[in-house]
Amino acid sequence: MAIFKRKEVELATTDASENAIANKETEGLSQRQIVFRRFVGHRAAMISVFVLAFLTLFVYSALDFKLGPWKIHGWWKYRIEDIPELRTKDCPGGNIGCPTLSLRPKFLGGAGFGLGEHPFGQDDIGRDYFALVMKGAQRSIMVMFVVGIVGGVLGTVIGAISGFFRGTIDAVLMRFTDFIITIPSIIIGSVIGFHFGNLGATFLAFYLGLFSWTGLSRLVRGEFLKLRELEFVDAARVAGASNRRIIFKHILPNAVGVIIVSVTLLMSGAILLETALSYIGFGVVAPDVSLGLLISQYQDSFTSRPYLFWYPGFFIIAIALSVNFIGDGLRDAFDPRQRRRLSLRDRRVGQIQATKAKNKGGE
Amino acid sequence: MAEPVLSVKDFTVEFWVDGVWYPAAVDMNFDVEAGKVTAIVGESGSGKSTTAMGLMSLLATNARMQGSVKIKGEEMIGAPASLLRKFRGKEVAYIFQEPMTALNPVYTIGFQIVETLRNHFDTSPKEARLRAIELLTMVEIPDPEKSFEKYPHQLSGGQRQRAMIAQALACDPALLVADEPTTALDVTVQAEILDLMRGLKTRLNSAILLITHAMGVVADMADDILVMKDGKVVESGSADAIFNRPQHPYTQELLAAVPKLGHSAKRTLTFQTLTKPAPVLTLEDVTIEYPKRGRIPAFTAVKNFNLEIYPGEIVGLVGESGSGKTTVGRAAIGLIPIKSGKLTIAGNDISHATQKELSAIRRHTGIVFQDPASSLNPRLPIGESIGEPIFLAGLAKDKELDHLVEDLLDQVELPRSYRNRYPHELSGGQRQRVGIARALALTPDLLIADEPTSALDVSVQARFLELFQGLQEKLNFACLFISHDLAVVDILSHRVAVMQDGLLVEEGDRDAILKNPQKEYTRRLIEAVPVPDPAEQAIRRAARLATKK
Repeated sequence: MAIFKRKEVELATTDASENAIANKETEGLSQRQIVFRRFVGHRAAMISVFVLAFLTLFVYSALDFKLGPWKIHGWWKYRIEDIPELRTKDCPGGNIGCPTLSLRPKFLGGAGFGLGEHPFGQDDIGRDYFALVMKGAQRSIMVMFVVGIVGGVLGTVIGAISGFFRGTIDAVLMRFTDFIITIPSIIIGSVIGFHFGNLGATFLAFYLGLFSWTGLSRLVRGEFLKLRELEFVDAARVAGASNRRIIFKHILPNAVGVIIVSVTLLMSGAILLETALSYIGFGVVAPDVSLGLLISQYQDSFTSRPYLFWYPGFFIIAIALSVNFIGDGLRDAFDPRQRRRLSLRDRRVGQIQATKAKNKGGE
Repeated sequence: MAEPVLSVKDFTVEFWVDGVWYPAAVDMNFDVEAGKVTAIVGESGSGKSTTAMGLMSLLATNARMQGSVKIKGEEMIGAPASLLRKFRGKEVAYIFQEPMTALNPVYTIGFQIVETLRNHFDTSPKEARLRAIELLTMVEIPDPEKSFEKYPHQLSGGQRQRAMIAQALACDPALLVADEPTTALDVTVQAEILDLMRGLKTRLNSAILLITHAMGVVADMADDILVMKDGKVVESGSADAIFNRPQHPYTQELLAAVPKLGHSAKRTLTFQTLTKPAPVLTLEDVTIEYPKRGRIPAFTAVKNFNLEIYPGEIVGLVGESGSGKTTVGRAAIGLIPIKSGKLTIAGNDISHATQKELSAIRRHTGIVFQDPASSLNPRLPIGESIGEPIFLAGLAKDKELDHLVEDLLDQVELPRSYRNRYPHELSGGQRQRVGIARALALTPDLLIADEPTSALDVSVQARFLELFQGLQEKLNFACLFISHDLAVVDILSHRVAVMQDGLLVEEGDRDAILKNPQKEYTRRLIEAVPVPDPAEQAIRRAARLATKK
């Protein structure tokens, strides 16, 4: 045993000298750790992760929420079905149902911090606008995930098969992809919305997902075309691995960077698509609520009651932007060519360290 | 003594990685005189190329340089960009390793030479064109007038390297920096390029800084040598002193590690030649064709190839790049289908085998690939890579499999704890050992080794060859060892087969082929191999040039 140990130490020391400077950056880290570390270093993406997590929790916990057999009560006092009395007094300009949210402190002449009765105001018939916006944001987040999952799975599988097998299968699948790409998504969405919109937002999201995998599948196909030529694929084949094993065990994990990044960007696109569809009246239909629908319903009130426009708009931007930033962060983290640039400050710090080290050595 | 063209004093290059400055070259001191060749040798990562690029501030932005680099008396460190630009190309020219990527693929080589000329001189396009053709003639490109209009992809590797040399020489540089100029080339082409560079050195009287890891090339070219290790110069001196009286242990080690052609003992086979057992691999009249793709016509890579390998025998397959060596190797384990002929592995005819029949022979074969970086799945721990053949063959699982993997790691002299490491955490030599462990996982009858040492440094290669030889003697597998390096084949193989343009040129006992070649092509190959001994190399060079004439 002792002999073996000594041998191990010996091997380890000689092998250490084989490693070049280039390896220093990656020493002892798995690829996953490297990607994670780079992602954490991406400031905009990290902020976005927290914003998105907070928004999701905030939005879903506000209203009653059914999770299987459990029913969780929301912390907000109104439901979207409730019709409280419409406030007609104390609104500027003789308006009705103005927001009671106040952010201006008393010493500046405001009403002090406070939510009030209806922080986002009320709609024409007095429904609480905060509850409506929460419901709409829930829809948006749900659509985002459903489209991401459906489109992601379809795109990955179709891209993987066509990139791996090439030949006729590839030609057929890619021409099919081309065909789908030629139809503008807004038109597909309108047709889907027109036919299936009344089935509910989940169905709408599912069908949107069925048509949004095209970009992803092309990227995955390209990645597979590249990876299948590498020698480790031949090595796996010589080891006796089946096509299925090669695709899922050997190639797919190597393409996961591309997939994660483009699925994230696909998700942020999905929110906007749903919003756009609802806005033009083909997405989610009343009595259900979505952010796009809210905006379209009150577009006439933009000049007189702009808050009906702003609050849902704010949530659309916040969600879409944070998902986009997360996607950007992931792309940077997965791309090995993206090195952090050497800033002037870093250079100066390095200089100081170097002179310090030199002085120490001189003493 | 005249003032040196290049004078380097206390030159240090450091790279900024994750908040720390890592030195890549430390306190370099050397001079290069006109008409002389100074070589920097060392293994990968020793800082050779960094030094060369640092001379003209061509490094990435996360590098910083200290010390002094004087070219023709002008200080280059901290010089303004305009001065550097004036010097680049005109006073200092570079030749890179890979001419395909160093030349711009969308411009003709003539255009690129003219561009260099007109950047530095006030000449009319017509004059520049004449000068470019003159340069192309000087580097011995066939039909320079026509080659002027050619794009890089229309030239062969050697011609491309010549074009790049022509471009580098366009402004009669005082200093020529050649960074591994022949590494990507075949030995015969390498010999021609070295001849050309030697001729130009005397004709133009420029100084050459040669960066290389090939000791043979150094012996052929260099007047002075610097040996680098881990960013430091460990020894420097004249070529004669370094090769014949190396002082530093690293230099001695480096020289000892270089395989020498015709210096290894004969390897005896375990069986008697009279009672030959049944061959493990038989290729009978095999033709391999890459099928037509679109408008690209079908390409016959291997024609009427015959070869037999007996148990316990290593057969070296040599030839220049594009001769079809790798194709034969891949076909021999059923990765590429053959068009005609008969291919038998361990008694199974797989000439026209189905997927199922092929999976049956997988247990009898293994392959070690050329590039250790791409032959291991970067997302799998190496233990899993090694164990995969055993797992897929259904021989062992879980605990038992772990145990087998540990045995295999012991065999290739890697610590058992490496099982959970990922490929990128290992050095090139270690990765290649993992490749062997995987190939040997099923104790195959036949192992194909496709240039397993070409991506390794000499000292790593020496250790690898020793290990490989030991394993082969212990496990007694038959092996087809594909390589372009005759010295490596000389050490390992019992028999040698030589290929050219998809045809088998000759085949026979190792000594018969390498010491007494019958065919002109084999002789040329052997003559072109540079020997790591300046005196002997000079004699060989003279002999080669004599036969050429």
